[in-house]
Amino acid sequence: MHPFEYSAAPDIPSALRAAGADPHARFVAGGTTLIDLMKLDVETPSRVVDINTLAARHPELGRVVPLPDGGLRLGALVRNSDLAWDAAVRERYPVLSQALLAGASGQLRNMATTGGNLLQRTRCWYFRDPATPCNKREPGTGCSALHGHNRIHAVLGTSAHCIATHPSDMAVALAALDAVVRIQGARGERGVPLGEFYLQPGAHPERETVLSSGELITAVDLPALPWARRSTYLKVRDRASYAFALASAAVALDLGGGLIRDARVALGGVGTVPWRSREAERALEGKRAGAEAFRAAADAALRGAVPHHENGFKLPLARRTLVRALATAAAMA
Amino acid sequence: MTTTGNAPAVGAGMDRVDGRLKVTGAARFSAEMPAEGLVHAVLVQSTVPAGRITRLDTAAARKAPGVLAVMTHLDAPKLPQKGRAAVNPPAGRVMTLLQDATVRYNGQPIAVVVADTFEHARDAAALVRARYDTRAATLDPRAAMGHARPPKQHGPPDPRRAPDSTRGDVPAGLAQAEVTVEETYTTPIENHNPMEPHATIARWDGDELTLYDATQYVMGDRDTVAKTLGIPSGKARVVSLFVGGGFGCKGSVWSHVPLAAMAARRVGRPVKLVLSRRQMFGPVGARPLTIQRLTLGATRDGALTAVRHHSVSHTSTFEDFLEPTANVTRMLYACPNVETRMRVVPLDVGTPTFQRAPGEATGTFALESAMDELAVKLGMDPLELRLRNYAEEEPQGHLPWSSKSLRQCYGAAAERFGWKRRDPKPGSMRAGDELVGWGMATATYPTNRRPAEALARLAPDGRGGVTALVRSATQDIGTGTYTIMTQIAADALGLPPGRVRFELGDSRFPPSPVSGGSMTAASTGSAVFEAARAARNELVRLATADPRSPLSGARPEDVRAENGRLFLASDDSKGERYEALLARHGGPVEGRASSEPGEEKEQFAMHAFGAVFVEARVDPDLGRVRIPRIVAAYSAGKFLNAKTARSQLMGGVVWGLGMALFEETLLDPRSGRVVNADLAEYHVPVNADVGEVDIILLDEEDPHVNPIGAKGIGEIGITGASAAVANAVWHATGVRVRDLPITLDKLLAAPAGGAEA
Repeated sequence: MHPFEYSAAPDIPSALRAAGADPHARFVAGGTTLIDLMKLDVETPSRVVDINTLAARHPELGRVVPLPDGGLRLGALVRNSDLAWDAAVRERYPVLSQALLAGASGQLRNMATTGGNLLQRTRCWYFRDPATPCNKREPGTGCSALHGHNRIHAVLGTSAHCIATHPSDMAVALAALDAVVRIQGARGERGVPLGEFYLQPGAHPERETVLSSGELITAVDLPALPWARRSTYLKVRDRASYAFALASAAVALDLGGGLIRDARVALGGVGTVPWRSREAERALEGKRAGAEAFRAAADAALRGAVPHHENGFKLPLARRTLVRALATAAAMA
Repeated sequence: MTTTGNAPAVGAGMDRVDGRLKVTGAARFSAEMPAEGLVHAVLVQSTVPAGRITRLDTAAARKAPGVLAVMTHLDAPKLPQKGRAAVNPPAGRVMTLLQDATVRYNGQPIAVVVADTFEHARDAAALVRARYDTRAATLDPRAAMGHARPPKQHGPPDPRRAPDSTRGDVPAGLAQAEVTVEETYTTPIENHNPMEPHATIARWDGDELTLYDATQYVMGDRDTVAKTLGIPSGKARVVSLFVGGGFGCKGSVWSHVPLAAMAARRVGRPVKLVLSRRQMFGPVGARPLTIQRLTLGATRDGALTAVRHHSVSHTSTFEDFLEPTANVTRMLYACPNVETRMRVVPLDVGTPTFQRAPGEATGTFALESAMDELAVKLGMDPLELRLRNYAEEEPQGHLPWSSKSLRQCYGAAAERFGWKRRDPKPGSMRAGDELVGWGMATATYPTNRRPAEALARLAPDGRGGVTALVRSATQDIGTGTYTIMTQIAADALGLPPGRVRFELGDSRFPPSPVSGGSMTAASTGSAVFEAARAARNELVRLATADPRSPLSGARPEDVRAENGRLFLASDDSKGERYEALLARHGGPVEGRASSEPGEEKEQFAMHAFGAVFVEARVDPDLGRVRIPRIVAAYSAGKFLNAKTARSQLMGGVVWGLGMALFEETLLDPRSGRVVNADLAEYHVPVNADVGEVDIILLDEEDPHVNPIGAKGIGEIGITGASAAVANAVWHATGVRVRDLPITLDKLLAAPAGGAEA
């Protein structure tokens, strides 16, 4: 860990000022990713701006509030545990509640926040070890995972420069729900749909989101989606708890008369970003809910996936995980 | 059994005497010991696996805030024999102590940074830059198999480390076989990961060194560090009051311990050096990977005609550590023709080391998996096959067992488990959509004992009563040593356990052996028993020789001691309390004992045994394995404390479950760095992975093993357990995974692992 300046921001404008003045500043909320990576010398911010203090002046940052269109606004500082057990979230967006509870451990969920979870960094082993080359950590040094151990790595959205998996469960559910990330910067506020928030690695794996330096996530909006009550999250991992997904699926189905009117599909554990699959959704729409349609959707979702020498199993695993999740959603009361 | 109605302390499931200290945080672990003027050291490690340091840039680190010293191979004190004075394999390790520029493994200590705070030391350590002249490293054990060789032998021949054994004629036995199994089983590198990392505080008072060290062996630690530094043993003291798990990695002294002492001397202040979790992977040992070839031959009725076990495990390039996988094959079954061969293959990595049941944990995975495969080929129940080859005597040396209740273990565990309801056909049992598999295996671990000494002192407590202070330089590595020694001493002294204080973890106490090889109860327990009995005998002698005692003139053998009172066995109204006797005597009464193994080793084969039965549930599409239920029965002489014994055995079984399903250290094949070096990515079981674990304790009367009749229980729990899991997974799925851990990809990849979605 390197020495850094610490300040606690009393309100959003001062948080933006503090971070905007220093290109190597980081906001800290729950700290479950940032502090960990600072100890490993992977993150070396010169300034850390504590935003936990914002909730006093901006109580909405710590709350889940209804939106006029029937959706929900999730404050950026809402802890993952609180969000998972929020009554409206559990009832109307079960996929999100389940995804949150599948992540990390109870202790971590009590600290981690909505905004921070969106920005958690990959668990790529090589990214976390400063003694090894990594294009994401040190652009231009090479990707150690391509020809190293890559059992846990991505098969979708990879590039020749990076195959690191996006680790979040929550973000996979949010991708399926068409969530919108609300961002404040020096030049005002903007909303970015989750599908546009993350950047695939391409030639620049060090750039992971569209956030500019000094911008702050203030909330995540969940659009109204009445049929998301029929939604579920399935996570498959190496042990029963406290392990990252080898494959996961967030799905929601709009069923009528046994037919799929509409569907939402996102995959986790297999993509460089939370992987929304519109191909799978198209394969489902108008079809009879059943094994045949689910398998076709799974094939569509994994089409174009690129396995590496240790993670080829993720293709059948992700397919089967998605099929199971769809079957589970279809069977929901 | 007593006239006063006091039940003996030994055997009862007494709560841990240190439980309250532990849960309130009052127990002081090594890194928490106070030391005035304490400063902090952090290791800098190599980032290449092999070569020489050509340049070490420490200027920035030396200038960093709070830094007191940066010690490197260029300026570290030159140690006797280049730091190798205490090398005494397999436990006295070859350390890397900044004596030269050679890099032998990735993660080797190459500098020590000392600063006023831990944070300053860590920041400065990150500023040290090394350049290397690297050489090609050997990191792939399979590619290096051509270099496999017998381990170098040190010291007197030890049959436990003899690389080869032969009895009978294996080719003839195989020729006679009607059914054979020949398969290769592999187990990966596994790291110990005790909750408490290695931690050392080194303090010099003039030429005297005190170490507060997280160790399984305070006496060995003292001698090794003293010899390494070139100081007399009498000038070194090691204190280790509480140890947060060891599992073998704290059984040897690793480089950071002498380095802490060297750093403390350099800065003239006490130095604390605690390894980070990441540093626990590499420079402090690991269980080596094993590649084991098992060949079994049997007649149609299941009688083994031949067993061949050829095994290779990795070691480092600078020290041979052998994982003795095949030892268990030599003794477990009655087969006339057995050949074992163990080899090491050197890699450019840190030296591997003992890990819970070294040899037995890995060896039983191979042997007990192969036995299961043989049962399948024979169409025989796996339990029946074991009984068919039951060893009524130790088959290698033809010695009688001191005691053996394995048959009872099989019976009790099978009964509790419901084994007879098992449908032998794989994939035949289901629960909902999940496949159900039942597997079993045999567990065993040798009964070891080494010389130990103890002191027991009875004295007035100043409040009208008498208390005992009992001491031995043993360790409590979380197993319950404080508690069982208190129980043993209490019974032998005729005092309630609450009146006995047992102290350990100080090299100034009477010496005890390493807390390893499951031998603390047998070794130190025997010494404590004998010391306490000597103190009690002295009390009796004083009373019977004292004209003022009601017991005056009685024969010592007619006197009993219970609950702090001496009395005549024939008339318990005739007697007196210890405090009355001690008050007249005017001083404390002491007993000392030096206890060591005798002839029994030549007369008997001594082993603990057990049987473990596992239920696996497997999701046929996703390959997910759950273990909802384990039943295991153990016989290990006398169980000294039913509660801590159950915990020990359960902990071992859970470790076996983790070994079967999760644990694997991933070494990057190019750099030799461990890539999954933290507890998020190196998987051990979490609570949600562990279902019901039902432990059955079958007490044995064993008059031969040692004075307290206890065999060790620290390690047997892990043995057989991983094979039982693998056998259950096979029974559920028809997929035989011979390469641990059994991760879901291996079940998905197998042809029988369910249809492609």
